[in-house]
Amino acid sequence: MYVAVKGGEAAIANAHRLLGDRRRGNRDLPSITLDQLVGQLSLAVDRVMAEASLYAPHLAALAVKQARGDMIEAIFLLRAYRTTLPRFGASLPVETGEMVAERRVSATFKDLPGGQVLGPTFDYTHRLLDPELAGDGEVDAALVSETDGDPLMRVTDILAHEDIIESSRGAAGDTPLPEEPSGDLTREPLEFPMQRDQRLQALARGDEGFLLSLGYSTQRGYGRTHPFVGEIRMGEVEVELDVPELGFAVSLGTIKVTECQMVTQFAGSAKAPPQFTRGYGLVFGQSERKAMSMALVDRALRADEFGEDRLAPAQDEEFVISHSDNVQATGFVEHLKLPHYVDFQAELDLVRRMRGEFEAREAADLETDNASREAAE
Amino acid sequence: MSGPREDDQPLLSVRGLGKRYGDRVGCRDVSFDVWPGEVLAIVGESGSGKTTLLNCISTRLEPTTGAVRYRLRDGQERDLYEMSEAERRLLMRTDWGFVHQNPADGLRMSVSAGANVGERLMAVGQRHYGNIRGTAANWLERVEIAEDRIDDRPRDFSGGMRQRLQIARNLVTGPRLVFMDEPTGGLDVSVQARLLDLVRGLVADLGLAAIVVTHDLAVARLLSHRMIVMKDGAVIEAGLTDRVLDDPQAPYTQLLVSSILQV
Amino acid sequence: MTGQAQDIAGGMAAYNFAYLDEQTKRMIRRAILKGIAIPGYQVPFASREMPMPYGWGTGGVQVTASIIGRDDTLKVIDQGADDTTNAVSIRAFFQKVADVAVTTRTREASVIQTRHRIPEEPLTASQVLVYQVPIPEPLRFLEPRETETRKMHALEEYGLMHVKLYEDIARHGHIATTYAYPVLVDDRYVMDPSPTPKFDNPKMDMCEALQLFGAGREKRIYAIPPYTRVVSLDFEDHPFEVQRFEEPCALCAARDVYLDEVILDDKGGRMFVCSDTDHCEERRAAGHRGHLAAEEAYATTEAAQ
Repeated sequence: MYVAVKGGEAAIANAHRLLGDRRRGNRDLPSITLDQLVGQLSLAVDRVMAEASLYAPHLAALAVKQARGDMIEAIFLLRAYRTTLPRFGASLPVETGEMVAERRVSATFKDLPGGQVLGPTFDYTHRLLDPELAGDGEVDAALVSETDGDPLMRVTDILAHEDIIESSRGAAGDTPLPEEPSGDLTREPLEFPMQRDQRLQALARGDEGFLLSLGYSTQRGYGRTHPFVGEIRMGEVEVELDVPELGFAVSLGTIKVTECQMVTQFAGSAKAPPQFTRGYGLVFGQSERKAMSMALVDRALRADEFGEDRLAPAQDEEFVISHSDNVQATGFVEHLKLPHYVDFQAELDLVRRMRGEFEAREAADLETDNASREAAE
Repeated sequence: MSGPREDDQPLLSVRGLGKRYGDRVGCRDVSFDVWPGEVLAIVGESGSGKTTLLNCISTRLEPTTGAVRYRLRDGQERDLYEMSEAERRLLMRTDWGFVHQNPADGLRMSVSAGANVGERLMAVGQRHYGNIRGTAANWLERVEIAEDRIDDRPRDFSGGMRQRLQIARNLVTGPRLVFMDEPTGGLDVSVQARLLDLVRGLVADLGLAAIVVTHDLAVARLLSHRMIVMKDGAVIEAGLTDRVLDDPQAPYTQLLVSSILQV
Repeated sequence: MTGQAQDIAGGMAAYNFAYLDEQTKRMIRRAILKGIAIPGYQVPFASREMPMPYGWGTGGVQVTASIIGRDDTLKVIDQGADDTTNAVSIRAFFQKVADVAVTTRTREASVIQTRHRIPEEPLTASQVLVYQVPIPEPLRFLEPRETETRKMHALEEYGLMHVKLYEDIARHGHIATTYAYPVLVDDRYVMDPSPTPKFDNPKMDMCEALQLFGAGREKRIYAIPPYTRVVSLDFEDHPFEVQRFEEPCALCAARDVYLDEVILDDKGGRMFVCSDTDHCEERRAAGHRGHLAAEEAYATTEAAQ
């Protein structure tokens, strides 16, 4: 007697109800607020905004809360929301040179105009668990000094002034950026080989861990680029939208970004003078690790431009870009838990048939052996 | 060895061919003809531009200047670089062969010997498994590979066997022109001799035209009717193989010939 | 609701009919039309993030969302069954975002979204079958590079496909591909029919219904227009064959249908039942009985619905 299993709908509803319960946890404790997440787990919120490519701290915090702290799930939630949003237009390129920098360090120059600004960094902290933080103890207020408000000169601009680094606007020198807007791989089909604008977008959305590993691999010799951190800066930049009806750009507010300009291996030929090359990283929020990894991988992916051999994984555009998106990756890996019994049945049938043929062959061989032995006797 | 056949038109004509890599010259101003059934050797030391030249005339590398014309089976002569990519690729898998120095570059190492030979047949539309396998078995025999190795992969073959398999894979569609890049390069001397004998026999039996790049004058002597000598990207001497080797005119050729043991 | 929560809920955009915005639907419809114009050709499209994971049917869902109208009746199957969890989930999604009528009856549906099966009942000219596709490229496991496989399609260089089949025969005595079995569409493009068992391949040939294929993660759409030749690749002396089951469905006694093997106990007891649950139910309603379908079991199944 057999009754097919039914009731998928009820099972799903019950599972989701259980999920809600587990998410809430102990009811005796207050539910965590989005303001707490934005204020106290801000780097988690930043990562979700960066990889979801949507600058919305409270929505990102909501996603983190809803995902129970699962970062990739939170990124997925925010992306699925982002995709439904209408597009009003593209902002002007943000001017990171005008950034109100909270942090700015360069590894290539000991000192430079504006100085090295450490800002809120884990660098040089001793990684000792702090029992004080387990409680609700008082924390000293930050010491802030007034600055003259002048923008900090970019290190790459210093090099560019001397003309010993490639122009950031392509080999043709200081020609202005093309009029056409940058590509958008969330709106246009992705096709290989990619343009650098789309590639940078893919990297900015790419998984931090994946890019970190690839960037690391270039340092260990798999596509070496001899990188120096020209500069890392983090702080607020203004976002402006050109409104044709008004005839001028309107400020939409400020966002926090981290920018990394990697100064890498020089290249030159008889036509192009020897000069440093660039790898570029820019991400929403505060994430130096991601910006630096992105810059390393960006530079590695430019191998063809500089006539370098493409041998290492980090130099392989199809490999890197096809596998950098953690929402895609997790979906496809996890889809293996969906039922596959129809395909499995087909394989099962074939293996049984081949097994039968194999055993029949063995039996036939044995019979032949016996027959010949008998004949010999 | 018989001389080039009397045929009224060349199979392949190279005119004013040059290739630059930025400021560096790969090869320059090369012109020659190859006639049906003729074996031409391109000799020179490494860096002389012979491999660049081979790649340019086999559509593997676009030349900077000059033209390469090929006479198709229907008698029509076409400029290779004015053909569509589809036409060029069809030509490469039907009417041409390319034997790489390293057999791993020309074989599918994880696919059986039979499928390696049969691939070109399937690519041109053969759809009868038994016939494809039969043809493959026949070709394995012609290149002296035992028939019971037909389902083995090239990974399990010796260097010499791999090279013979690569040759069978190229010849199965009956090409009229085969390019060979140092075909005996990575092999032991005794294995080289056997392979050269085999290639010489096949080329003569099938009436193939071949262009063989080699740094080894002994290979040129054994296989080719005519040869061209390259230095610094340019042709410095050309002529019948026996004439060039026995009576070299250019000082560089004289140096090359005198620097090896006479064969 | 706290003030902050209200702000967030109020600030969030409402979803359009069938979830996708109209611009996106137009973009996807253009890709579908191009796919229909070039049968079997994989059209790149700007796949959107969907509220379900990549690999779980986002391509099929985007295609369905772009073609579905208020008057359509939707059927969703996974592995042939309407009641598998992912089919239930996708059906519930469309009920929520498009409020369309849904059915489990193949005959009543105007749009059928499927994963891994084609219904047993022949489809008609008034139906559209939407396939969920994980890897659209039939050459992918022979050649991993997109730039190279696109060139192979463009130049019709399909020899490698037969090399794989040749190897199967050389090694196993017959072609060992059992699902996602490659087909040649309209004598031009080699196409992956998605991981349906090869049992279903003949149903694609000269099918009356429009067949659309959506691969969300891989960002490709392709199509087989109605009445198009679809030929499974094979050799003349090793012709394409479908799986045959030795016994009929244990519940409805159907033969020549695709069966699932159900394990009954840990002593090797098993039964075979229709993979297409709707087909099985219709047959039982028409009075067909397999050897394990007692009257009362059938009644229980009905009651559970």
